[in-house]
Amino acid sequence: MSYRLGVDVGGTFTDLLLVNEKTGALHTAKVPSTPDDSSRGVFNGINKVCEKASIEPSEITSVMHGTTVATNTILTGTGAKVGLITTKGYRQVLQIARSFVPGGLGGWVIYNKSDPLAPLALTIEADERMSSKGEIISNLKVGQLTKDIKELSKKVIEAITVSLINSFVNDKHEKEIRAQIRKKKLLPNVPVSLSSEVVPEMQEYERTITTVANSYVRPRVAEYVKNLQNGLKKMRKDIKLQILRSDGGLASAKASSDSPVNLLMSGPAGGVSGAIWIAKQAGYENLLTFDMGGTSTDVSLVKDGVAEQSRETSVGDVTVRASSVDVRTVGAGGGSIAHVPELTGALRVGPQSAGAEPGPAAYNKGGTEPTVTDANVVLGYMPSGVELGGDSDWKIRKDLAQDSVKPVAKALGLSVNKAAEGIIDIVNETMYGALRLVSVEKGYDPREFALIGFGGAGPLHANALGKLVNSWPVIIPPGPGVLCAYGDVTTNIQDESSMSFIRKFKDTNKQEVVKIFTDLEKKASKTLDAEGSPKKNRTTSFQVDIRYHGQGLTITVDFELSDLKKKGLSAIGDKFDVQHEQLFTFSLDAEKELVNLRAVVKDKALSIKAPSVGRGSKEPTKKSIIDDNAEVFMEGKKQIAKIYRRSLLKQGNVVQGPAIVTEMDSTTLILSGHNGKVDKFGNILINPDA
Amino acid sequence: MTAKLIQTNNKPFKKVKLDPITLDVIENAMFSARWEMDAVLFRTAMSPGIREQGDEFPMIANLEGKMVVGQFGSFIHGFKEAFEGTIEEGDMFLTSDPYSCNGAVSHNNDWLLLRPFFKDGRLISYAAMFGHMTDVGGKVPGSLPTDATEIFEEGIRIPPTKIYKKDVLQEDILELILHNCRLPQWNRSDFNAIVASIRTAEKRVIEAAERFGDNVYYSALEELLDRNKKAMAKLIKTTVPTQKQYFEDYICDDGLEMGPYKIKCAMWRKGDKVIFDFEGTDPQSTSSINFFLNEEMFKMFCGVYMIMVFDPAIMFNDGFYDLMEVRIPDGSILKPKYPAALSCRTHALGRIFDVLGGLLGQGAPDFLCAAGFSDSPHLMYSGYDKHGEWYQLYMIGFGGVPGKPMGDGPDGHSLWPSFTNVPNEFLESYFPLVIEEYYTVPDSGGAGFHRGGNALATTYKFLEPGNVSIHDDRWLTYPWGVNGGHPGARSTKTLVRKNGDTEILPSKCDRLQVHEGDTLYHVTWGGGGWGDPFTRPAERVAFDVEAGLLTRDGAKGNYGVIVKPDYTVSKAATTKLRAKMSKARGKTKLFDKGFENIAELKKRCKEETGLDAPSDPVFQTWVKAAS
Repeated sequence: MSYRLGVDVGGTFTDLLLVNEKTGALHTAKVPSTPDDSSRGVFNGINKVCEKASIEPSEITSVMHGTTVATNTILTGTGAKVGLITTKGYRQVLQIARSFVPGGLGGWVIYNKSDPLAPLALTIEADERMSSKGEIISNLKVGQLTKDIKELSKKVIEAITVSLINSFVNDKHEKEIRAQIRKKKLLPNVPVSLSSEVVPEMQEYERTITTVANSYVRPRVAEYVKNLQNGLKKMRKDIKLQILRSDGGLASAKASSDSPVNLLMSGPAGGVSGAIWIAKQAGYENLLTFDMGGTSTDVSLVKDGVAEQSRETSVGDVTVRASSVDVRTVGAGGGSIAHVPELTGALRVGPQSAGAEPGPAAYNKGGTEPTVTDANVVLGYMPSGVELGGDSDWKIRKDLAQDSVKPVAKALGLSVNKAAEGIIDIVNETMYGALRLVSVEKGYDPREFALIGFGGAGPLHANALGKLVNSWPVIIPPGPGVLCAYGDVTTNIQDESSMSFIRKFKDTNKQEVVKIFTDLEKKASKTLDAEGSPKKNRTTSFQVDIRYHGQGLTITVDFELSDLKKKGLSAIGDKFDVQHEQLFTFSLDAEKELVNLRAVVKDKALSIKAPSVGRGSKEPTKKSIIDDNAEVFMEGKKQIAKIYRRSLLKQGNVVQGPAIVTEMDSTTLILSGHNGKVDKFGNILINPDA
Repeated sequence: MTAKLIQTNNKPFKKVKLDPITLDVIENAMFSARWEMDAVLFRTAMSPGIREQGDEFPMIANLEGKMVVGQFGSFIHGFKEAFEGTIEEGDMFLTSDPYSCNGAVSHNNDWLLLRPFFKDGRLISYAAMFGHMTDVGGKVPGSLPTDATEIFEEGIRIPPTKIYKKDVLQEDILELILHNCRLPQWNRSDFNAIVASIRTAEKRVIEAAERFGDNVYYSALEELLDRNKKAMAKLIKTTVPTQKQYFEDYICDDGLEMGPYKIKCAMWRKGDKVIFDFEGTDPQSTSSINFFLNEEMFKMFCGVYMIMVFDPAIMFNDGFYDLMEVRIPDGSILKPKYPAALSCRTHALGRIFDVLGGLLGQGAPDFLCAAGFSDSPHLMYSGYDKHGEWYQLYMIGFGGVPGKPMGDGPDGHSLWPSFTNVPNEFLESYFPLVIEEYYTVPDSGGAGFHRGGNALATTYKFLEPGNVSIHDDRWLTYPWGVNGGHPGARSTKTLVRKNGDTEILPSKCDRLQVHEGDTLYHVTWGGGGWGDPFTRPAERVAFDVEAGLLTRDGAKGNYGVIVKPDYTVSKAATTKLRAKMSKARGKTKLFDKGFENIAELKKRCKEETGLDAPSDPVFQTWVKAAS
């Protein structure tokens, strides 16, 4: 038998999903994560899931995995020492960046800029110059550069990046520098990356930071992937490891180690992919995804089963040019702390977070400040006495939550219950803002979308968010942790290739553009060739970044190559006009300009079906009710709610709000005036009462 | 004269009691709407000034026209005072004339669009947005002639005009305006973009009123203004002394070889109220460096600055305006009389922030920031290329952000909100030039415990003959340091002709003929330093030397730090040198302006800058020369 395995490493738990490739039979396991070396948790989990399925680990043929290693390397500043070679006169390209100071008028007063990812002390200049048209203005002076690199090599450098001005039109000098480094063995064992290969697009700062970020995270990612792969190979020699990319596609272990800049959103992309998969089974393909964790919340928009993509990925201070699922992150989650600044007397929630340590006050681990979780506990939405992490000695304490909210209540002149409700309202409003960014601001009407809530705190807040954005039903999938693992298993291998090609429509023609796209498709297919994916299973999508000549930012337009061949460039231009109108309420009778061209090649995804939960009647069984007289505070008054055990709910059950549905790692809240219907796969579909 | 409001529904809104949570929720909703206005504009505007650089200012106001969210404060009051006509549903106003809107915009390049929002026949809110157009006609490309003596030389003046009536675009008027601009396509697109951004705000405002109820929305805006007033009242009480504080700073010259011009301000608190009095500020200039300063806008600058320095958690809006009184003498450089030229007001606008910083910080030196890059140096380059096509570049440069209580000033960054530089590869692709160097100048940031940011140096090689304009300042006076910090370096501009001839350029010039192969060395100024440089951690000084942001000599001469060839600190030698230098200096100064008095500064001008010192300003006879 052959099995494939999805693995998601979260902050608290590692979730695994084992799929029988023939029968589609599924097995899941959940084990504690091991943050010091997350591969340990992974192997613990593999043993557990194999035991459950009564199979040998050697029967697993492929492993699909979403990882946050790349992200954490940037957030914690623990990446490689990266050297940088720039064009003469541009040594400070990362120091100057885009000269941008965040924070509005006077924002500079409180802005402290962090040092560049490639330190200036490790940055040298190459005497050379290419014109914007790709003509050589001055040849590369090899002698001086060789000397400078030798000098640089005396310092500790783990990676070197070459990013020269206008190399996106002509990469000759970048290649020459790499050849010199290798030929003369100037930096033995130091990997060399070229900006013209990592991201051959215009804008020197963006190209440089992307290439440097790639080098910065590479050693950590490569080491992690290697350890994981070595461990897996002990189980089975020809086992295939694939990593989820930021854009929601899978990449081979080697491709991931080579271009880890594409993995910065690997974690959130897993959740989005999982959400797409499970919602599709439930019959929904237009989704707002709402993934609320302890310190932050990720939202995205899915249209016709495909997540919106962004051409930029941001982690902390660093924004790189790399495709990713367009996930907007807001710094608010279950751990966000509520406070009332003395001068304004306004209630604020976040951006400070209690994190995992000391955590919310209700967790009794030393936290005393009121968090969003504490507010949920005060209101009875998270029942007290519930065990945390399967530990019978560690239970939620309502009294501690109430104590923590008291000072806020006092400052606002409200009761503790009302203050707690306020905290929830404020944090929901912040999430609402994020959901609007991905929907209304992009011209989508959220009423045409369902909202799917997951992550540790998502199911608690999803119903309220559905109310705010008017997206129904609100879908709460079963097992919010394992959802990411589902995402890992059910996506496909993909790769993309792009280049800047800045031309007004009148300065190019159909033939030229078609030729470039065909070449890009070939280039992107190489990864899939290497993975042995059969050609007949592949699909390619073609994209252009396009604008009206003179505009700064671009819009990405998807189109069919056959349309381009038939109708010429107007096949792209007409689509652009429509999209521009949708986004900005007007289009222009102005010349259009191509900026970047891109081909994305995808393998076919494995089709697996979610397990079903078995039929039940409309009324949930008595057994499934843990408490039929639980007190909650909702809409400004005390109400009586029922608490259900999710594992005992069946298809067809209707849970009338106010109600709480608990499972091992999450709690779902159904508000009064709403009901949750359980579908075939155990999803709870919440709708307003008719 | 005042505008007349016409509503079909005159039922007044009712003030209702709000719970604090609803209030916070509405505040959040207003903020989202304001950011959305930016997002829409950035993506669709064409002028690089708006699009790449972010020279735009959105605002949402209550029905009285008080700004609830935004950044430059409300000008609606001034507009309503000056406008003789009706305000009706479906109107959208366009104006660019500072003199007809009490300085709501301060030069003809800024196009302001303003729209009243009606719901069920009643005025419920306003929103406005203005953006800087690359060109609005006039005597020079870019419409910012340094040597203009009247506003008529500075491009088309648009009085407050209903560009939409009953939601119908007045195309004839728009075409007439665009006909007077050098790059009508850009103006048209920018105009559309501003309209789209205001319409977005309108949608959000109406949504919010529907969601919460009209009376709740109305009351919430009132409450938000009031909340801000209360917070600012506390802030003013704790930070502004009753004793008068004075501060003065200068604009180096007027582009007509006269200068410097003094901006002087006194500040004191009387009860709850803070008073700013610009008595002693120089009279208006005959050139275009005048800045028509709207009093309300100054209040906003001041409020924002106080909030940023003392308590960034406060959300700012117009609520505190009653707590400030601003007195600006008529006929001064900050309140010039029509038809004085105004286009190059950027220097005075920037300098106002330095004056503010100096005033507010005196009472609380721990919060005092140094002087910095309080300007937006402009570079314009235009002409016909080899194919006979017109090209026209307008861009804003950056420099050293001042040292401040929180830390170093970034090198080569912007003091203006949301501004970014234009990528050089973009410039080289669209304009006939090569940018040979782009770096920040070592040692140009003022030394201090927190270092001032370094000046930005850009070397442009021109590939086509054309016309260049440069507008900059701080070439004579320095960005001052505080609490022992040193002043930052001055700005310089040098042109090297293809044949090697070198010309030191004045800080402000127009119609400079350049030819293929000429090279411009464009260097802005550094930020002032904050705090005693002899106390800056020596390792950080050495780090900056290795990074190339300081020189070894600079480390030694300004910080007393001896950096060894391997970039480590020579500890013993450093301790000794620092002790010696510290003793020789004595007590640190609150302000280090880099000169004793103007006469002394002028005396060494030629030697230090290569330029003749400007002569003392001659004021028009009708204005009373300030004391």
